Amino acid sequence: MQATRRDFLKFTTIGGAAAAIFGFDLQPAYAQLRVLKIARASETRSTCPYCAVGCGTIIYTIGDKAKNVTPQVVHVEGDPDHPTNRGTLCPKGASLEQDILNDRRLLKPQVRRPGGTQWEDISWDDALNEIAARIKKTRDDSFIEKDAKGVTVNRLESISWIGGCTDTNEFNYLVVKAMRALGVVHLENQARV
Amino acid sequence: MTNGWVDMKNTDMMLIMGGNPAENHPCGFKWAIEAKRTRSAKMISVDPRFTRTSSVADMFCQIRAGTDIAFLGGLINYAIENNRIAKEYLVNYTNAAFVIKSDFKLPADTDGVFSGFDETKFSYDKTTWNYDAAGGPGHNAAVAGTPPGLPGSVDYDLTLQNPNCVFQLLKKHYSRYTPEIIERITGIPKEQFLKAAELYTSIRKDGDMKKAGTIIYAVGWTHHSFGTQIIRTAAMLQLLLGNVGRAGGGVNALRGHSNIQGATDMAGLFDTLPGYLKVPTPGDASFDAWMKRATPTASKPAPWDSWNYYGNTSKFTVSLMKAFYGDAATKQNDWAFDYLPKVDRDYSWTNLWNDMYNGTVKGMLAFGMNGVAIGPDSNKNIDALKKAEWLVVGEIYQDETSEFWKSPRVIAQGDMKQIQTTVYRLPCAGFAEKDGSFTNSARWLLWKNAAVPTPGDCRLDQAIVAQIFLKVRDLYKKEGGKFPDPILNLTWAYTTPQSPALSEVLKELNGKALADLEDPATKVQIKAGQQLPGFAWLKDDGTTACGNWIYSGSFTEAGNQTARRDPSDPSNMGVHPGWGWSWPANRRVLYNRASCDVEGKPWDPSRKQIWWNEGSGKWVGNDVPDFKVDSKPKDHMGPFIMNPEGVGRIFAPLAAFADGPFPEFYEPIESPIDNLFHAGRTHNPVVTKFKDADDKFGTVKEGFNVVCTTFRLTEHYHYWTKNNPMNVQLVPEPFIEMAAEMADELGIRGGEHVKISSARGDYIAKAMVTKRIKSMMIDGKKTYQIGIPFHWGYRGIAEDEGKTARTLVNALSHTAVDPNAHTPEFKGFLVKVEKV
Repeated sequence: MQATRRDFLKFTTIGGAAAAIFGFDLQPAYAQLRVLKIARASETRSTCPYCAVGCGTIIYTIGDKAKNVTPQVVHVEGDPDHPTNRGTLCPKGASLEQDILNDRRLLKPQVRRPGGTQWEDISWDDALNEIAARIKKTRDDSFIEKDAKGVTVNRLESISWIGGCTDTNEFNYLVVKAMRALGVVHLENQARV
Repeated sequence: MTNGWVDMKNTDMMLIMGGNPAENHPCGFKWAIEAKRTRSAKMISVDPRFTRTSSVADMFCQIRAGTDIAFLGGLINYAIENNRIAKEYLVNYTNAAFVIKSDFKLPADTDGVFSGFDETKFSYDKTTWNYDAAGGPGHNAAVAGTPPGLPGSVDYDLTLQNPNCVFQLLKKHYSRYTPEIIERITGIPKEQFLKAAELYTSIRKDGDMKKAGTIIYAVGWTHHSFGTQIIRTAAMLQLLLGNVGRAGGGVNALRGHSNIQGATDMAGLFDTLPGYLKVPTPGDASFDAWMKRATPTASKPAPWDSWNYYGNTSKFTVSLMKAFYGDAATKQNDWAFDYLPKVDRDYSWTNLWNDMYNGTVKGMLAFGMNGVAIGPDSNKNIDALKKAEWLVVGEIYQDETSEFWKSPRVIAQGDMKQIQTTVYRLPCAGFAEKDGSFTNSARWLLWKNAAVPTPGDCRLDQAIVAQIFLKVRDLYKKEGGKFPDPILNLTWAYTTPQSPALSEVLKELNGKALADLEDPATKVQIKAGQQLPGFAWLKDDGTTACGNWIYSGSFTEAGNQTARRDPSDPSNMGVHPGWGWSWPANRRVLYNRASCDVEGKPWDPSRKQIWWNEGSGKWVGNDVPDFKVDSKPKDHMGPFIMNPEGVGRIFAPLAAFADGPFPEFYEPIESPIDNLFHAGRTHNPVVTKFKDADDKFGTVKEGFNVVCTTFRLTEHYHYWTKNNPMNVQLVPEPFIEMAAEMADELGIRGGEHVKISSARGDYIAKAMVTKRIKSMMIDGKKTYQIGIPFHWGYRGIAEDEGKTARTLVNALSHTAVDPNAHTPEFKGFLVKVEKV
């Protein structure tokens, strides 16, 4: 009898029935299959990016031991050592592998020009050069060195930054440094809303 | 949170309001269940809908959205009337005994507002919201020309009998919050309210102090035009019951995002600098003037002591300026004071969009922030972006903000080609591709590691920001321009400036010595260049640099403390002192001095957090004492060391809050009834609203007669998992949750399409007819509420497959802003419901 992997799993789920058909219990073999799946994998301790419980996660990757090999995520699960979640994940955390390996990911810089009806590709260099030039021009055009009373205020009201909820502390700090140095006061974050 | 997730297992009583942790924080909620299982703790769920949290609670009250202050004020009234209060705690650890100035007046006596209201400016003169100075009137008379401050020595009455002491004013103010009026406002029947009040306050039956109760909330409390005051009412109730600082107690914000706590700490917000330092204003003529305004001085009864830890503000601030500007910040140039923008008004979220709508904001950088969908009044934000010159979006998926120019609204209006906004969309890195630390809602910082490289042509977010900044800096170097000094002098000495290593950034946040330092008491020395052990080492003479004082201690000479992974818990109280690192100073429960009586003995000997050790003359314990470790109990130093009073503020004096020293109930901006407390004063009198074409408000008379609130599902995360096949399979489509009785009246069957309209926009989805929401009697009139999960937009798997109407829930919500936190009100508004 040729058993496909699907059949194999189907049989194992009915436990004793499998033992009856094959004459032996497939449960240990199935368990071994599970072990083998992540046995070759590297474990990376991470934190779920969704809610503020901050569940510990373990990301399993294969292929990161050799040179010139891109590690491939094969599994994500809750970190059993983490004192808060103790290995559990919710329906969102449990699907994190699909967030990492998602064919809807943006993969290249794009631009929509004035009056445009579609996205155009743009190189990183061109995009960053254009953005830097726009920041400088907008800043120089409207930077407020002194207010109506002649008080030095060194404020930039024409550029805003809005930051997200999954940025690391370190990223947030770099943003605050850079934006305050430009004089940005319209500086806001998911933290407000 | 004052406490933490695992600490919930220590509680005896839970009040969960404005949040639904069973569905939105499931893996943390297990600790609430643990308390039920092992301590027979009780749980009360108060929510507009019967949620999965409600389903495991001992009691559920269905409340009208936005009436939380009425309910909580009623609990305060019940606790006082029934003597369910923590007397010793109240007298010694709060300002209950402080005497308030005799010209202070409560809203009951002043037409629905506190004393000092200016009807023309819609703001308060808060001079009367102050303590009386010891020695009688005249002792704290303001010096002409200077704003009034708190008196150094406060008049007080430890018997709490003085009619003008905080406790008596509190009692008088909330005596109006009777079960009868609460029923008319909130829709919670009187008997049910009394049962909930009896249950929650039962922990203080007969003056017993052993038990602890916790209050747990989320954005159901913050998204209101009086959100801060809802949370304050909860904090006051917790002080009254002696629950703050206790294991299993506290006031606990669940927070909705993985690093929303860290983003707040790091001050990605217009009005703060890292570590909750106040931004300078044009009124601050110099660094010293700024520090004088920002640094409180102790204000307390003469025999008591107050550490007044914010007295160290200049040390935190000079160290921040050294971290930002290095050698360019010197005493001679006022620590580069001119480099900081001076903030003269409200630039918060709704103002930002309003300023773009009106042409001031010409460019926007939005990183991981779907601004069109996330806040209220999506249509106004789309209209604002049409007027911007440029928009830079950093994202991992196609989002509504980067595609505002092809939103259904724009397509319907047919003006895509007229929109002149240039939009750059930069592919960023996902969470698994980045390292760095997140701070969870328990204030635990935990380092995460990168597991995989970025796919395609994506770049790390920090690399993108660094590269943009360095290019701007190069342009200023080459071409000059307006005030280039802060740009040219900003410290950016990372090993790889084009992509700073986040571990180096965390070291900068922790802080280092810039000269050799020595602690005069212990003779411990730190060499120039070494990492600081903690914020106690910070100086205001330029010899230390620290990017965020509350994070000092996170990356010391001993290494990255946030990467620690010792799961052990020696006290078995959920402290886990070796797992990650929590701010401040690795303390897990804030204000933990208040877990002991005045003598320094734990209120509950079976749950010892810290205690006074007479032998060593120190505070010791299972947690890091949130206190001056050698302050003897007999010195009577207050446990709330961050307040100038040293005690918890039941009355919040002077400018602490814009809308009152006590919370007062006002109706949401859109509500089905007038304020039953004061007919002419329906709304928060100092709320901010805008008057543009997109800022419309609806009334019951116009047919907007249903109260609407929004919520999250356990299967979806914000506007993110709509790109994730498994989550889309679990809940494939948007829906509208409505009462069966209402559906019958409108002839709507489950699964049929329904159109929801507000004065601002429409939303179309299928009806989910349920008994989880019921009709309510609001001031004697049958009223319906509906709830809408908000996870959909116009880009996503279901959206792209044409399975949704591609409408945004927040096209319905309005812009009205809490004057304290500047958070808009979008969890309670009026709509019409129609069958499509």
